[in-house]
Amino acid sequence: MLTRRSALLGLGTAVALGRSRLALAQAATDRRFVVVILRGAMDGLGAVVPYGDPELTDLRGALVPPDPGRPDGLHDLGGRFGLHPALVNLHAMYAAGTFAPIHAVAGPYRMRSHFEAQDCLESGADHRMTSGWLNRAVAALPRTPDSEALAVGVTVPLLLRGGAEVGTWAPHGNATPSVDMYARITELNAPDPVTGPAIGEGLRARGFSDATLYNLPQASNRAGFPALAAAAGKLLAAPRGPRIAALELDGWDTHAAQATRLPNPLRQLDAGLAALAENLGPAWAQTAVLVMTEFGRTARINGTGGTDHGTAGVAFVLGGAVAGGRILGTWPGLNPTQLFENRDLAPTSDLRAVAKGLLAGQFGLGAPALTQVFPDSASVEPMGGLLRT
Amino acid sequence: MDTETAHALVRFGLGHRPSDPVPTDPVAWLHAQLAPPDPLIGAGPTTAEGLAALRADRRDKPPPLQSRSAALFRAGARSQLAHAVETDLPFRERLVWFWTNHFTVSTRRGQCAAVLPAFVAEAIRPHVTGRFADMLGAVMRHPAMLIYLDNTTSIGPDSAAGQRSRRGLNENLARECLELHTVSPAAGYTQQDVTAFAAVLTGWSIDLQADPPGFRFRPAAHQPGPQTVLGRTFPAGEAGGIAALAFLASHPATHRHLATRLTRHFVADDPPPAAIAAIEAVLRKTDGDLGAAAAALVGVPAPPAAKLRTPQELVVASLRALDLPEERRPDALAALAALGQPFWRAPAPNGWPDTAADWAAPEAMVRRIDFAWALAGRSDAADPVALAETVQGPLLDPATRRAMQRAASRREALTLFLTAPAFQRR
Repeated sequence: MLTRRSALLGLGTAVALGRSRLALAQAATDRRFVVVILRGAMDGLGAVVPYGDPELTDLRGALVPPDPGRPDGLHDLGGRFGLHPALVNLHAMYAAGTFAPIHAVAGPYRMRSHFEAQDCLESGADHRMTSGWLNRAVAALPRTPDSEALAVGVTVPLLLRGGAEVGTWAPHGNATPSVDMYARITELNAPDPVTGPAIGEGLRARGFSDATLYNLPQASNRAGFPALAAAAGKLLAAPRGPRIAALELDGWDTHAAQATRLPNPLRQLDAGLAALAENLGPAWAQTAVLVMTEFGRTARINGTGGTDHGTAGVAFVLGGAVAGGRILGTWPGLNPTQLFENRDLAPTSDLRAVAKGLLAGQFGLGAPALTQVFPDSASVEPMGGLLRT
Repeated sequence: MDTETAHALVRFGLGHRPSDPVPTDPVAWLHAQLAPPDPLIGAGPTTAEGLAALRADRRDKPPPLQSRSAALFRAGARSQLAHAVETDLPFRERLVWFWTNHFTVSTRRGQCAAVLPAFVAEAIRPHVTGRFADMLGAVMRHPAMLIYLDNTTSIGPDSAAGQRSRRGLNENLARECLELHTVSPAAGYTQQDVTAFAAVLTGWSIDLQADPPGFRFRPAAHQPGPQTVLGRTFPAGEAGGIAALAFLASHPATHRHLATRLTRHFVADDPPPAAIAAIEAVLRKTDGDLGAAAAALVGVPAPPAAKLRTPQELVVASLRALDLPEERRPDALAALAALGQPFWRAPAPNGWPDTAADWAAPEAMVRRIDFAWALAGRSDAADPVALAETVQGPLLDPATRRAMQRAASRREALTLFLTAPAFQRR
């Protein structure tokens, strides 16, 4: 399905497995750089929980897992923050000093539309551009002499689209949407006397229970992301393989029943990042990974046990090259006066600063190159100290 | 886009394509499509070229998928499907689909694949707004139909060839022509009628060795003597068959049968008697003018979204809606096979069914979702809601719009659009 040849054929390739996508690009370097896009807005306060903040319980009591040390409790990150219980592997990386969450991060975009925010996240700007920042970063790197593009026709995420040639490759798989999508489609068709019953019955025949379809506890997800991340690790580890990868994982838009819906994508992410590290093998030491999402979610729980579109969230940096084992960023606090528009976690770090810091540290890109990668960002300094020196 | 236009685009067309202009007068737009010639008439390989490929395949016996016939079929199927996605005469294309299905020839039987694209281009397309008698005549002497329904090997028992070989009639084509293509069982024909009509059609065959290869009437295989079909007597010879087809084409039961099928397709699964009667009257008055019947259908009122789109209609409408650049379009043939309607490959001579109950099988409906998801992943549409509004106008219902606005990604929004009832129906 996914062969070494497919990686070596192209300057870049894209692979889709189930709900996830992988795009790859080559560059003449031994350093690896991976970006994971979490589409749908991961709840930063739910992933890296500020359990030491006195306002937290009032804002979202039912969404807060038990304190560290209790059954099914948070994984402690040093007394004020805890990782969601599902993030077992990331906690181990934190202990090993190869993972650091960065809290209260946001890009320059302040509206709360998924589409626009994802465009900005991938463009590396406050508006949609025709190319993505990772593509422009690839263009700034020395190229491998023997690369050729291979285009078959599945789209590359905007993040890796642009002037630097990125070919695509896709296996002929049975890509299917998430359980949640099936549920929403079932709901939309429910009033139709023909399509409604047929879709309901068809999904039941495929093993989705009514409880799952009608927004009750989440069924186990397909193992698409960990498999894709493992494939990415293998490809990136190859001596002449690609050096840049972009992966996507969706399912984060937890407007309702977040306590039962968030653990699944978190487990997928956690398992995927562990698989990526494992399959990179010794090359993990030369790897930096950035996990980012389009925005955070509201600080307060909403009326349906979920959270709505917010502003600042959390980003992850991890990898053997990362100086981890600590929490980065500046904590703004959750007091109503500290919240952004009395609603969202206030942004204190610019996501572009994080990305710049990683690109500068991994590839030695200087200010002129970084300004090309992130236009109109001269005032955004690269975040220092992200990587081991 | 007003409601009348929106309905016209889906009921008679193949769904709006955002890059096309919105028709200002939907009725005039539909009528205008009945006038110009079909651009695919005379395009693609001819029947003679198809038969030459079949001849070469029979000689060389390549593995089936590497045969010249398979290559001609795939190329023809791809180009005619691509035409449906791109055409600005979608009503005309729907009529081509309707009549192609009425006169089903399928790759499931006989070695007809090589000539199937030419069958549609030469026997169907030139006549969809012409006279039914001409279409019937073209279909019945087309090698694809003669091969598909076994008439090439039907031999009059009393003919020279029959006497020599002791082989005999194959009544397959005669029976389907009566039952499916013309008068239908409502005419009350008997087995004797079928046998007599089969005798009339003996000798209607092909000559593969000729240059160019093609239809050939073989007097040596033709049953001698006059034959009586539905009370009418026809002389022996090729002319007798031509006369019999002309008689069947103008038979009142044929008009009734065609009117029922046309209204089931363009009005509702269970068409109102008044609608059937109106189309039947037009066919009778014009002696089977299919263009006049199509024009009359435009004036027949229909409940909105009464019909569930078939997979073929859905796939083409989806591709038109997303308006993908060519290199990003999926293989429509593969999609149709996955959704249960492989192109030009109906299970039986009665063609694809035309009611919702036949298409709304549970697994089939879930596959439509998976198709929509895969397709949506190929789109670059910046604003899915705006796209949905452009494509569907007032048919985009508030629930779908709301769900799209709440979607967590463009791909999700487009998937919701393509799977909502408003898009599944026409």
